[in-house]
Amino acid sequence: MSAVLQSLVNQPYKHGFVTDIESDVAPKGLNEDIIRLISAKKNEPEWLLTFRLDAYRKWQSMTEPTWQNVHHPKIDYQDISYYSAPKSKKKLTSMDEVDPELLRTFEKLGVPLHERAALAGVAVDVIFDSVSVATTYKQKLADVGIIFCSISEAVHNHPELVKKYLGSVVPVGDNFYAALNSAVFTDGSFCFIPKGVKCPMDLSTYFRINTEGSGQFERTLVIAEEGASVCYLEGCTAPQFDTNQLHAAVVELIALDNADIKYSTVQNWYAGDENGVGGIYNFVTKRGLAKGVNSRISWTQVETGAAITWKYPSCILRGDNSVGEFYSVAVTNNFQQADTGTKMIHLGKNTRSTIISKGISAGHSNSSYRGLVRITPTAEGARNYSQCDSMLIGDQCGAHTFPYIQVQNNTAKVEHEASTSKIGEDQLFYLSQRGIGAEEAVSMIINGFCKEVFQQLPMEFAVEATKLLSFKLEGSVG
Amino acid sequence: MIDSNSITMLSIKNLHASINGTGILNGIDLTVKSGEIHAIMGLNGSGKSTLAKVLAGHSAYEVTQGTIEFEGKNLLELAPEERARAGLFLGFQYPVEIPGVANTQFLRLAYNTIQSQRGKEELDPLEFDDFVREKMKLLDMNPDFLDRSVNEGFSGGEKKRNEILQMALLEPKLSILDETDSGLDIDALKIVAKGVNQIINKDNATILVTHYQRLLDYIVPDFVHVMQAGRIVMTGGKELAMELETRGYDWIGSDQRNAKNRLTAGAHA
Ligand SMILES: Nc1ncnc2c1ncn2[C@@H]1O[C@H](COP(=O)(O)OP(=O)(O)OP(=O)(O)O)[C@@H](O)[C@H]1O
Ligand SMILES: [Mg+2]
Repeated sequence: MSAVLQSLVNQPYKHGFVTDIESDVAPKGLNEDIIRLISAKKNEPEWLLTFRLDAYRKWQSMTEPTWQNVHHPKIDYQDISYYSAPKSKKKLTSMDEVDPELLRTFEKLGVPLHERAALAGVAVDVIFDSVSVATTYKQKLADVGIIFCSISEAVHNHPELVKKYLGSVVPVGDNFYAALNSAVFTDGSFCFIPKGVKCPMDLSTYFRINTEGSGQFERTLVIAEEGASVCYLEGCTAPQFDTNQLHAAVVELIALDNADIKYSTVQNWYAGDENGVGGIYNFVTKRGLAKGVNSRISWTQVETGAAITWKYPSCILRGDNSVGEFYSVAVTNNFQQADTGTKMIHLGKNTRSTIISKGISAGHSNSSYRGLVRITPTAEGARNYSQCDSMLIGDQCGAHTFPYIQVQNNTAKVEHEASTSKIGEDQLFYLSQRGIGAEEAVSMIINGFCKEVFQQLPMEFAVEATKLLSFKLEGSVG
Repeated sequence: MIDSNSITMLSIKNLHASINGTGILNGIDLTVKSGEIHAIMGLNGSGKSTLAKVLAGHSAYEVTQGTIEFEGKNLLELAPEERARAGLFLGFQYPVEIPGVANTQFLRLAYNTIQSQRGKEELDPLEFDDFVREKMKLLDMNPDFLDRSVNEGFSGGEKKRNEILQMALLEPKLSILDETDSGLDIDALKIVAKGVNQIINKDNATILVTHYQRLLDYIVPDFVHVMQAGRIVMTGGKELAMELETRGYDWIGSDQRNAKNRLTAGAHA
């Protein structure tokens, strides 16, 4: 069986190619002049430049965190280009105007934009490198008062909203990578759902890193006003390069009274080759503020890519009766490292949080779950349920669980369950004894293991996630 | 049932197998023809399940000597899934749990894989649902078991019934049922035996691994083999099972060589 499986190991990364579009790249390095350049290129208002410079100064006084369970060569922040934009300058109003080369790229990625958008009813705010080049379905959304655009556009068209909320959940000096992002972010998405509006479709963004050696600093801001609800999908794929690339995004979610934000991610950045060469460093700060009463923030993530993943989508449960959820599948193979988890900060009364984390490690990879549940003194009657399961494939990989539980209110109830299992030779044998091939058997077992998380994803994403996982792990058993 | 027109389905010659360097099977000879029912009995640890797993191709066991032919093909060259597709079925002594995978999804995938191998029509989820519910009726199984995860939280007897359901769906040529009777209550035993008897015909063959004569009252074997220390040390007809039931295994060891000779002749090796 080993030989059959071995031949399936580590299929080449399907999305590895560079699109030949001329890029407008800033010189490498980071200083105040570069920040002024970025701000000027983007024709930004003064307050935003101030925001960036403030972040930059804070960043300069900070050092990279070292507590996480990941290892990588030191990153030279002066060897990164902080701005890169496709040269097409004019605004696009229809897909026909989009560079055909770019469309072909999406084709290769399996994201037939027009089809996906039209047939699936998904509005795709396409991020190519750092600048949005196409936004679809804008009109339909605008009819109900929803704003869904690039953050740069939002800065120009809705400055009061951006100014009010940007940095309100993740302050500029929150952590090293968030500070860096706040100083240099070039684009990202902005989404605003006004009072009482249920977003009529899932909002979806596909990210893509294209220029070798360029950093990617996305900034996403999602706001749901009183009684509003939205389902936001983020998908990522990246081409194959030998030099490691830094990705330090910041996502902020704000839910007011009775609002509901569901944020789903399928992350498939380039993970490096089977020897651990290359791959994306994915250092992301994602945080949601359940600000109003009965509000809900729900994170679902399927993390399959990146050489190193460092992310903790978190919820601050400030409103009474607010709900925070974190559903995660993190898959690592070869030499990938993932240190991921969540933070649930309970401030309001009767706040509830659920954490379901599934870690799958294969090859020489390492994955850690790190989760904090904090029940503050004001969180009367708060409840948390956490479940962290790890599955090991082979005996060269590792899984670690670091739960931090801080309870400062004795009316709170906190439950934590954890398990580690090895993908059973016996399970595989059982399935193969029924005629089921090795590939399908692995994918069936893994998908079963991840079921509680996958069922949180919208159908389309769940299908994609299922495929991705099988693809990632095929043949890693043997 | 022994039939003069029957063809040799399984032919095991001088089979030796080991796990982690420890020899478990030490020279097995066994021939099974279509239409036949063979029972294999023997003390705990004598190698019965090992034989079953080696036949099914479990990768943990290494075949160090001997040959296995299945319908004239070298079975040892085939991967486990290929053996299954060729019509070999193992009813597990300890069926494995697969959390999160709906039983019906698993059953349908197995069924369709085997069907397509045979050039027959695959069933979509709705068609399969009708089909599998019919089969479940035969085994007096509650359809709720379709939606539960494969074997997860099933009682011992429920797991065994689920194994026979799979046998009924996949219609194997050679079924090896490893202690399917253990864990079944008397009523369940009758139901399962009835199910198995309905599947058995002159074109397929069955190997029953069991500790109890009781099963053989319901599924009547043509041959009974006794395993000891990784060998078949005696073969007889169904009356041998009764003798074992009353006398135990002790008497066999003392007269092993004779017994073995006697049997090999009987098992048309
Ligand atoms: N991984 C292993 N390492 C060493 N010995 C093993 C291993 N697996 C099985 N064995 C040994 O092989 C022998 C045969 O085991 P097997 O399961 O085939 O017995 P069995 O006849 O089916 O017994 P039972 O009636 O209890 O089911 C036993 O002594 C068992 O301990
Ligand atoms: Mg056994």
